[in-house]
This record gives sequence, structure tokens and C-alpha cells, in this order.
Amino acid sequence: MENRPTLLVTGAGGALAQQVIQRLRTDYRIVAVDFREEVWLGPDVASYRVDFQKRGFEDLFRRYRFDGVVHLGRIMSSQGTRMSRYNANVLGTDRLLSLSDRYGVRRVIVLSTYHVYGANAFNPALIDESYPLKSAGLSMDLVDSVELENLATIYLWRNPELNITILRPCNIVGPGVRNTISNLLASRNAPVMAGFSPMMQFIHSEDMARAIETAYRQPHTGIFNVAPQDWVDYRDALEASGCRPIPVPSVPPVLPRTLLRALNMRRFPPYLMDFFKYPVIIDGRQFAQRFQFEPERRLETIFRYYRELRYQS
Amino acid sequence: MKLRQYLKKRIVPEAIDRQVDRMRKVTGSLGHDPWGFQEDAAKIGMTLVRPVHDYWFRVDSRGEDRVPDEGPVLLVANHSGQLPLDGLMIGYTLANRAPNPRLPRAMIERFFPTVPWLGNLLNQVGAVLGDPANCARMLENGEAVIIFPEGIRGSGKPYRERYQLKRFGSGFMRLAMEHNATVVPVGVVGCEETMPAFGNIRPLARWLGVPYVPVAAPVVLPSRVLLRFGEPMHFQPDPEMTEETMARHVDRVRNAISDLIDQGLSERERVF
Repeated sequence: MENRPTLLVTGAGGALAQQVIQRLRTDYRIVAVDFREEVWLGPDVASYRVDFQKRGFEDLFRRYRFDGVVHLGRIMSSQGTRMSRYNANVLGTDRLLSLSDRYGVRRVIVLSTYHVYGANAFNPALIDESYPLKSAGLSMDLVDSVELENLATIYLWRNPELNITILRPCNIVGPGVRNTISNLLASRNAPVMAGFSPMMQFIHSEDMARAIETAYRQPHTGIFNVAPQDWVDYRDALEASGCRPIPVPSVPPVLPRTLLRALNMRRFPPYLMDFFKYPVIIDGRQFAQRFQFEPERRLETIFRYYRELRYQS
Repeated sequence: MKLRQYLKKRIVPEAIDRQVDRMRKVTGSLGHDPWGFQEDAAKIGMTLVRPVHDYWFRVDSRGEDRVPDEGPVLLVANHSGQLPLDGLMIGYTLANRAPNPRLPRAMIERFFPTVPWLGNLLNQVGAVLGDPANCARMLENGEAVIIFPEGIRGSGKPYRERYQLKRFGSGFMRLAMEHNATVVPVGVVGCEETMPAFGNIRPLARWLGVPYVPVAAPVVLPSRVLLRFGEPMHFQPDPEMTEETMARHVDRVRNAISDLIDQGLSERERVF
């Protein structure tokens, strides 16, 4: 008879989710789901390919009676179409949270992103969790991330028994991570907006996995930024990773937007353009203090990984 | 980064290298702070500003030792001369202070971050977007911050209104009280003559999205600059404070700056 608490982890195909599962599998009975693929994670982890909108998803809640949910399964802004992202990220999360409520889940972690603050020339540095979300300033391609957060926030206040914690991490990078910034650091040449090199923050995927694990194991609810107290500008980050910056004309603003749309580069999407012009520096101190968390890997370690990756290839 | 390292190696003298190292800044593992300040860029900046400070403007400063060696400080000064050269000279003077150097942070106009190269460059040498949230955070970090409460009303005024203080905003006083920051008034004399303006081309300024486009000589004139640092002032926080009391406090600082300007003008022997 299995007497460990049961935990649903979404987005199991991603490197981050797999690192989280690795950390929690000894203490929890893990059920891993992904909308893209069924992932083999060992004999002790039940894994499913599932669409949150389909009826079969509810069967998992009936069968496993989850104690907790770690929701990492987001389609990133560089993947899928606007509509598929909206369906998966917003409607899918709504279904997940409503089923969690119905089947008595008592702990939920939702992974959001720092993108919800929007990149703006007038952003102050060290943005804390109470700073307004700039959904109006975001393009249609990013607005689903704000909607996902709003939805999770509604559940956070309306259904306190779910004990929801929303995490807004800075750029997650490291082995296996396939988001825009990680792909750029791993490439030989990467575009930069000429004359702009915004400050950025990076967290190693292993550290982020530990942050999620720490958050899950502690009962504090609320919204938290997750970022190290370390900063570097985009150009320096590229050079430290052994990547050559290729300037893209940046003025007038319509020029790079048109250029990037015409090129339609997946690894430098036009709707993320402002994030490569203006800084979005978040303050992760509240999370660090509340959860006694400090990232272990420094920027140098992160960039060395990308340098070595390039050397190996 | 490579260009920065090259320039640092080639042009930064050892004395400036050591001077910047003595100013303990809260930076990350690669020498940046959250606002974009970069230690090596600051060293290069100081190296480039030194001849401008020493030989072009021949800055004569007095009272810089009144600025506390540590803790949150607001350096409140009059603003003039179209370009933010006054901030640059105040910053360099304190960074070059022999016993206890400090690199104060200048709050810059909101349009600078949108200007390619310049916005980044200013951030790297320590300037910060003029946002109350930024100023509050820096005071929490125990930084010295240069504030021009006149804003563009001061820097963009025509030459005929030189040394006439414009209206002071009260935001700096709130921040000083909230963060228990020492206020040091600074009178700047000489920057009014660096770029005398005789008008403002408003339609062009609107079109370019900048605060003003002055009708002025296209060069920065080598006028002598005098900086007079006043006695530190302290203002106790009071949650019951009315706007009227706040305005009185702001006027005290304004009057102190006005006296320092008069002192500088009386001590100035010639403009150039």
C-alpha cells in the first residue's frame, strides 16, 4: 500500500519539471503529465500525455486523489500559436485549478514568469511583487502569461484551502532548458538591439528546481519573485557564454520590429524585442527570506556551461 | 565587455583604479549592480571626465567633506546648462574626494533610457532613471543620490533666467524623511554659462520626444564651475505632516541652495 502523498507535476517533458520530479520522487508518489508527449521517468513515476481540456484529465484526479499539484506545464511564448497557448495556458490552468479544488488538493505551486511585468524603458530596478503587471503594454503573444497569473491569483484568494504559491522566476537557463534566452546563450551568434544591452538576471535550472521543491515543502502562500541577487547585462552575458553579439538596427523602433517580423526568427521573436532593449530586474529577496532560499550557482558557472557546450559541439 | 576591458587596460591610471575600488558598491559577481552600474565602466568614465573637470571647467569645489562618508544622502542642487554637466561634476568631485570617496548616483530624465548607446552608457557609470522607486531603493542601499528638484524647468531655462531657482518638487523631501537620508544642499555656479540658450524649439522637441531643443551654441563653453556644498540637513519623518509643512521644509533646502549660489557668484572672479 502506497502511503506517500501523491503529487501531480505538469509539463513533465521539460528539463525543469524533470529536475523537480527528481528532487521530490523519494518523498512523494509522482504522477507526471505533459500535453506534448508521454515521458518515461522511471518505473516509480506514472506518466501520461494528456490534454487538460479533455475528460480523461479528470480521471487522473479520480484515480490518484492528488495531495498537491506543481504546475510547470506552460507553452512558452516561443512555442505554438497564440490560440494554442491561450487554450493550454489559460483555459488549461483554469481546468487544472478547478479540478484541484473539486478533488481536495491542498497545495499548489504555479510557475509564472517575470515577463508579466513587461519590458518598459521606465521600469525601475528591483521590481517587487506588488508592482503592476503591464498586460496592456504586452503584445498579444505574451498576454496569456498575465491571464494565467490573474487566474491563479483569483483561485489563491477565492480558494484558500488550495494553498497556492505563484512563482515569478527570472530567466531560467542551464542544461536541457529550451527557452528563448537559453537558446540564444547556446548559439554561436545572437542578435542584440544596437545601442541597448539591458540588465538581466539568470537562475540555473537546478536552483530553480530547488526553489520549486522548497516552495512546495513549506506552507507559505502568495506571489513571489525568484531571482538571485546578481545581475549582468545581456551583451556581457552573451560574451561570457562565448557567443558573438550581432547588432540589429534599433531605431526607429518600427525598423527592428518590421525586420524581426520579416525574418520570423524563432529564437529572437519580435514580441520579445523590448525585453532585449529595456531591463526587467526583479527583487527576489522576499522569496529568499520567507523560504530561506539562496541560489547556489553563480553567473560564472552558468556561462561556463554554455561555453563548454559550444566547445563540445 | 571586450572593448571595456581593452579601454580599462589602456587608459585607466592606477590611481583611478584604486579610487573606484575604495568605493564599496553592492555589485554582483560580474561587477554590475541592478541599475546597470559597472565598475570598469565607472573607472573609464572617471578617466575621461577628469580632464573635463580639471582643465575644461577647472572646477573649484568647497565643502565636499560635509557629505557624510556613508549612509543614505540626497545631494540636492540647482540645475542648469541644458546638459546634465552639473550632475557629472558633482559626481566626479565626490568620487575624487581624497579621504573617503563616494560615487553618487544621478537621477536622469525619463527619455534617456530610450536613447540607444547613451542610455546604457549613463547607467554603466552610475546614472539611474529618475523614478521615486529607484531613488528609494538606492537610499535603502545607503547610496548618495544627486537630485535636481527643479527638473527640466531648471536645466532647460533660457540664459536670461540664469541663477533664478525654479519651483522645487517635494518628492525628494518625502524620500529623505522616509529613508532618514541626510540632505546636503549644493550650489552650482558656472554651468549656466556652459551652454547659454536663447530659446526652445518646442515643435521639434515634441517631434523628437525630448523635453527641449535649445537655441544655443553647438559647443560646450569652458566656463569655470564652482561647487559649494552646504551644511547637512536632517528632517524627521512625521506621518501627520501636512503639505504646508512639507513645503516649508522644501523651502529651507531651496533657500540654502540659493545662499550657496550667491556665495559662489560672489567668489567667482571671472566667468571663463
